Amino acid sequence: MTTSLPRRFTARTQAALAVERLAAEASRRLGRGSGEMIGGKLALRVAPGMLAEVAAQRRSACVSATNGKTTTTRLLARALGTLGPVASNSGGANMAPGVLAALSKPPFDAVAALEVDEIWLPPVAREVLPRVVVLLNISRDQLDRSNETRRIAAMWRELGGELPGTTVVANVDDPLVAWAAAGWSRQVWVSAGQNWTADAMVCPQCARLLHRNDNGWWSECGLARPEPIVAVTGPSELLWYGRTITARLDLPGRVNLGNAAMAAAAAREFGVDVEAALAAMTGLGDVQGRYQEVVLGERGRRGRLLLAKNPAGWVEMMELLGDAPPRPVVIDFNSQTADGRDPSWIWDVPFERLGGRQVLVTGERKEDMSVRLAYAEVPHSVHASAEDAALAANEKVVDVVANYTAFRDLLVRSSR
Amino acid sequence: MSRGPSTTRIALIYPELLGTYGDGGNAIVLARRLRWRGLRGEIVNVPAGAPVPDGCDIYLLGGGEDAPQVLAADGIRQNRAIARAVSGGAAVLAVCAGYQVIGESFPSGGEIHPGLHLVDIETRRSFAPPQTPPPARAVGDIVVEPDPRLALPTLYGYENHAGRTRRLPGAGGFPLGTVRRGIGDGDAGTDGIIDGRVVGTYLHGPVLAQNPALADMLLGWVHGSLPPLDGPPETTALREARRRALAAS
Ligand SMILES: [Zn+2]
Repeated sequence: MTTSLPRRFTARTQAALAVERLAAEASRRLGRGSGEMIGGKLALRVAPGMLAEVAAQRRSACVSATNGKTTTTRLLARALGTLGPVASNSGGANMAPGVLAALSKPPFDAVAALEVDEIWLPPVAREVLPRVVVLLNISRDQLDRSNETRRIAAMWRELGGELPGTTVVANVDDPLVAWAAAGWSRQVWVSAGQNWTADAMVCPQCARLLHRNDNGWWSECGLARPEPIVAVTGPSELLWYGRTITARLDLPGRVNLGNAAMAAAAAREFGVDVEAALAAMTGLGDVQGRYQEVVLGERGRRGRLLLAKNPAGWVEMMELLGDAPPRPVVIDFNSQTADGRDPSWIWDVPFERLGGRQVLVTGERKEDMSVRLAYAEVPHSVHASAEDAALAANEKVVDVVANYTAFRDLLVRSSR
Repeated sequence: MSRGPSTTRIALIYPELLGTYGDGGNAIVLARRLRWRGLRGEIVNVPAGAPVPDGCDIYLLGGGEDAPQVLAADGIRQNRAIARAVSGGAAVLAVCAGYQVIGESFPSGGEIHPGLHLVDIETRRSFAPPQTPPPARAVGDIVVEPDPRLALPTLYGYENHAGRTRRLPGAGGFPLGTVRRGIGDGDAGTDGIIDGRVVGTYLHGPVLAQNPALADMLLGWVHGSLPPLDGPPETTALREARRRALAAS
């Protein structure tokens, strides 16, 4: 395949690309996932500068956020797909090695839709030099890592100064995002909504308390919600550059309409018109197993898989559970490193809202979740596994809300 | 606000600033444990920027990030409501950033800020000699054996703080307990303070959810005769699970 590599790639980068392919291939054969991480890691060790090289001939978009970056990247990739081939790290590997793996495949001039971890966005974007950066939200995640929300916003804000040619598509409803994006050379302001405000109470600019009303938020220092050019205005309605358009997605919930609005606004910067973008987005019914219905165990029980890995994500899921018929809810809750070791954030989730449903609890920290539900006065039962819980449910189909590693393990078990 | 003679008022101070680690759950635990005993409890939510009310029975301060911690300390200092309430017999539970704030002084953003002077402790990034590198952030499970005078069972929690805390010479009260696992205050091997009815600790969890006996101690102080309450059984299961998990690791 080396013949398809552009001549300008250095010998070191060509070698690194070969290493990347070999390692990824070996890892896939050994059944260790997609192989993106291991291949990318080795390649970066051989040629640290190669990310810039494999990105150089591409028009790219980087998508970052605490919640919704995977979904938004998938939606954007579909919209950009109307133009031709798209490179994307659709496997969810969103640090430098995963981005590298996505960009290491020909054609090397294909546009790229890249999901990038919040902390990794600055180092990745400095190499990739994206045409567009999409910033959705910043909220608490993995408390034990102590990544203060304002520190992430400050990193993003600084990044803008280093990317004079980049347009930022930013969510005006998140004050941290709006402040981060204000320093960039060009903004497309989108109102994608934010139903979690607890992490954005203090002005990121002056540290005074933010004021809020139905029309937005503002601070005494002058920082205020920018006027959006694109906005979610109804359950299937967008304000789009001065006109109202209908948007119907297969992904459920208002939060996903917000993700689609962000993705469509980003795609517009690549020349994709909104109708084509939205048409391409419909048909996407699940994202890495999210919202997908799977078989749970041997006895024909089924579960719709929902991911909620922090308070903001849980509040979104509550809204989504509210849309559906009230099925039994299985909560599968872990606290491994990838989940955040500290599970205390569940006390910020209004679990009282689950009252009236059958609630079943499992996971490595099921006892913590059970205490939370006891104090929310939500009757529930505790089970050894999600499959056991589904079997104990009153109905054949349940909703399963899991956090990161619990969700991943469920997907693996259900696809066997 | 209408208030029956037996309503226990629980003030949750500035949850937007001091609520980063689920510590608002402490208010839920106290209110439910009153209700489950057939008593009346009321959570008084004090949003940041509002004056701290007089006349509450228990004041709760939680954990938070650096800038909000300073903002909260400045806000609480505006009136002396908590200090007045404490001298009138009210209880205080202050966790992590809140614990640092109730002392003499605490560090934030490279500066030392004055605290609320409710207890005789001070917090710094480090108490080691200047040329020594500052200690690592204390992050992880923490287990504390409470002072025997408190007659409490083992305390379980999670800590996440950069500061180190110590008692000032001649300080009143005594440490909440001895650290069996984790960092707590730091060099002294203790965690927290109890001085009169003011309790400070580094334990998140929320601490009262994992340690209902501590919740009942606070309630007993302000309510006098507190009817007994077993459980809930979910807490017993949680404490057993924590005990097993921490013994294995
Ligand atoms: Zn401001």
